Amino acid sequence: MSLAVVEQAPGHHEGAEEPDYIRGKSGVMSWVLTLDHKRIALLYLATVTLTFFLGGVFALALRTELLVPENGIMDAMTYNRMFTLHGVTMVFFFMIPAIPGVFGNFFLPIMIGAHDVAFPRLNLASYYLFLAAVCLGVWGMIHGGTDTGWTFYTPYSTTTTTTVLPILAAAFVNGFSSILTGVNFIVTIHTLRADGVHWMRLPLFIWALYGTSVIQVLATPVVGITLALCAVEHFLGTGIFDPARGGDPILFQHLFWFYSHPAVYIMVLPAFGVASEVVGAFTRKPLVGYRMIALSTFGIAFVGFLAWGHHLFTSGQSAVDAGVFGFLSMLIGIFTSIKVFNWVASMYKASIVMTTPFMYALGFFFLTVFGGMTGVALATISLDVHWQDTYFVVAHFHFIMAGAVVLMFLAALHYWFPKMFGKLYAEGPAMVGAVLVILGFIGTFTPQFFLGNEGMPRRYYSYPAHFQWLHVASTIFAYILFLGLLLTLVNLIVALVSGEKAPNNPWGAPQYEWDIPSPPTEHNFPATPVINRDPYEYRGEGIIENAH
Amino acid sequence: MHTETIDHGNAEKPPHLRFQFSDSARQFHAAKFGMWLFLGQEVMFFSALLCAYAYYRNQFPVAWSMASHHLNTTFGLLETINLLFSSFTVALAIHFVRLGKRTITSVLLFVTLACGILFLVMHSYEYYTEYHEGLLPGRFFHPEAGWHMPMESAMFMSCYFFTTVLHSIHVLIGVGVLGVIMVFNMKGKYSPAYYTHVEIGGLYWHLVDLIWIFLFPLYYLVA
Repeated sequence: MSLAVVEQAPGHHEGAEEPDYIRGKSGVMSWVLTLDHKRIALLYLATVTLTFFLGGVFALALRTELLVPENGIMDAMTYNRMFTLHGVTMVFFFMIPAIPGVFGNFFLPIMIGAHDVAFPRLNLASYYLFLAAVCLGVWGMIHGGTDTGWTFYTPYSTTTTTTVLPILAAAFVNGFSSILTGVNFIVTIHTLRADGVHWMRLPLFIWALYGTSVIQVLATPVVGITLALCAVEHFLGTGIFDPARGGDPILFQHLFWFYSHPAVYIMVLPAFGVASEVVGAFTRKPLVGYRMIALSTFGIAFVGFLAWGHHLFTSGQSAVDAGVFGFLSMLIGIFTSIKVFNWVASMYKASIVMTTPFMYALGFFFLTVFGGMTGVALATISLDVHWQDTYFVVAHFHFIMAGAVVLMFLAALHYWFPKMFGKLYAEGPAMVGAVLVILGFIGTFTPQFFLGNEGMPRRYYSYPAHFQWLHVASTIFAYILFLGLLLTLVNLIVALVSGEKAPNNPWGAPQYEWDIPSPPTEHNFPATPVINRDPYEYRGEGIIENAH
Repeated sequence: MHTETIDHGNAEKPPHLRFQFSDSARQFHAAKFGMWLFLGQEVMFFSALLCAYAYYRNQFPVAWSMASHHLNTTFGLLETINLLFSSFTVALAIHFVRLGKRTITSVLLFVTLACGILFLVMHSYEYYTEYHEGLLPGRFFHPEAGWHMPMESAMFMSCYFFTTVLHSIHVLIGVGVLGVIMVFNMKGKYSPAYYTHVEIGGLYWHLVDLIWIFLFPLYYLVA
């Protein structure tokens, strides 16, 4: 046993069996006012599942409309609102909070040997700010939604007659949820590591959350104030971004992307963290390049702040600026490659256990490599001028940002499901779901690379008839993706209701969190543990066959 | 500085110590560290506005200086002195709460709070005069014809109003926070062993003060 006990935990009586965190307390109030990081994680899980579904419905509506070159199931204005709401919902209400909110909250304290996060009340406040943002957003959608695109570019966003204000307010409030979560996580990692968890023993998921939190704290306020400026301008005509009053819309783009470019790393770094955990668990040997994977996280987080200008290559930027921004953007490709090479090296000559989370990780590697390489191509100015605002960009960021995050969210959900709920899911349907989701994703967006390269602009309602077969292919795979997600959802719900009881470590994984009961007790550990080994030190215990 | 350490497990835990922390010193450090990170966030919040300020001042130097001359420098200076003084009193409050002097701490917190309210009153008066002179931002910008103010001065007023109103909201929040801390202090919640709220409330107040130290010369003293 690697976790030694030194100190009595609160509420723990000698010899008494502490109930798990789900059964420990009952009643609605014990959930809505809970301060337990694990219960807050489940509140996040319920909410992001709904927002993901909502964003998915918008996406399917878009793809269905694009089956025909013109006048499908909706008019052009509805289409504009749909792509805006799809973007807003997926970016602000799913991808930014999903992995940190659910798995970060649940596992960060456990993985560093702590009883909870540093500020449990602030944690609950973060959740309610997020929920308030979702409610505001949905309220805005019900009252007509907006057609600005999730980027809210001025001067269109300050003059549109659609319901843009509640959506801006929702993004603003959501930002504060994200900032407070970031503050909480950083302080927790600094002050609540158990004895023995020194910096080079932090699980890589924790390093990823640390990098994410730094970006959340430093970048989010900038977009907060920018959206506030935008809202005030819409409301009062203050003119900050209005050329008619001497304002400059390009300033909005700079301020917006100063956050929103790092924000893609808020979304994808936690996904990278999950990938490290999944590879570490199923390769049955210590992870290769722990230090490099950890450090490259900060390379991405740091350079991510200096790359925003690549969104403005065609906005009248000087050639020198564009060159510098292009070069810096390519550096991110190097840091990401360091991670990918180490993951692949970890798989080399390993006794890989092929499970659903690992399947998702494989799909994730494919999307990351191709999404990443097209990103380097897009950072090349001369190519970008051709691809700017086409489906090529849409396909690129859906591969690296959306696909990577969704696949690793699902990987994390399957990987940690037995620990979170104490139940095992059926491997067969889960694997079929994973294959459908991965194929669906690749199939939906690969045709869009071709479309973009041939000149199909993003956000267009109609297109020339000879593009139709590519659009139809994209839509068919989008439905396959949806089918895969549906199967996954049903399978996990069945597992929740009637799944077999999970042992503490069904995967035989080496990481710390598998040493405690499934599901964990209210305070995670009966007493503060002392951890005396590295997180990826594979011990050859409990192979997966035992679990099924 | 409070550095008392609790023996693991053996000694009785003080009532303010939350279950996730092993000792008071670490809990205190966490609260302070969290506040510093939050202040970092606040700096980024205002820096975007300063960025807009720098850009437009560079674009419209003449309009900028003309509009600036219509701000009330005397009031701005008094507000600055007032806030600097309140920073001093809140620092003293932290000093005395460490020594366990409850009454004087309460008095100092009250003085700080009063300075905050005085600042808000003075600034409201400034807004009131600017309203009467037609010096409002954007489409509400209608200065007297004799002043020959270029249209771009409206941009100065936009930046000025947005930044200072945001700052005033921070002062208002600070007043509320210090008020709650003062009440807690009067009820005897703090002691030399536990005064975290006073310390981090003070940190927040210093930041509010610091931001004004930047805003005052940038808006009132443009040559």
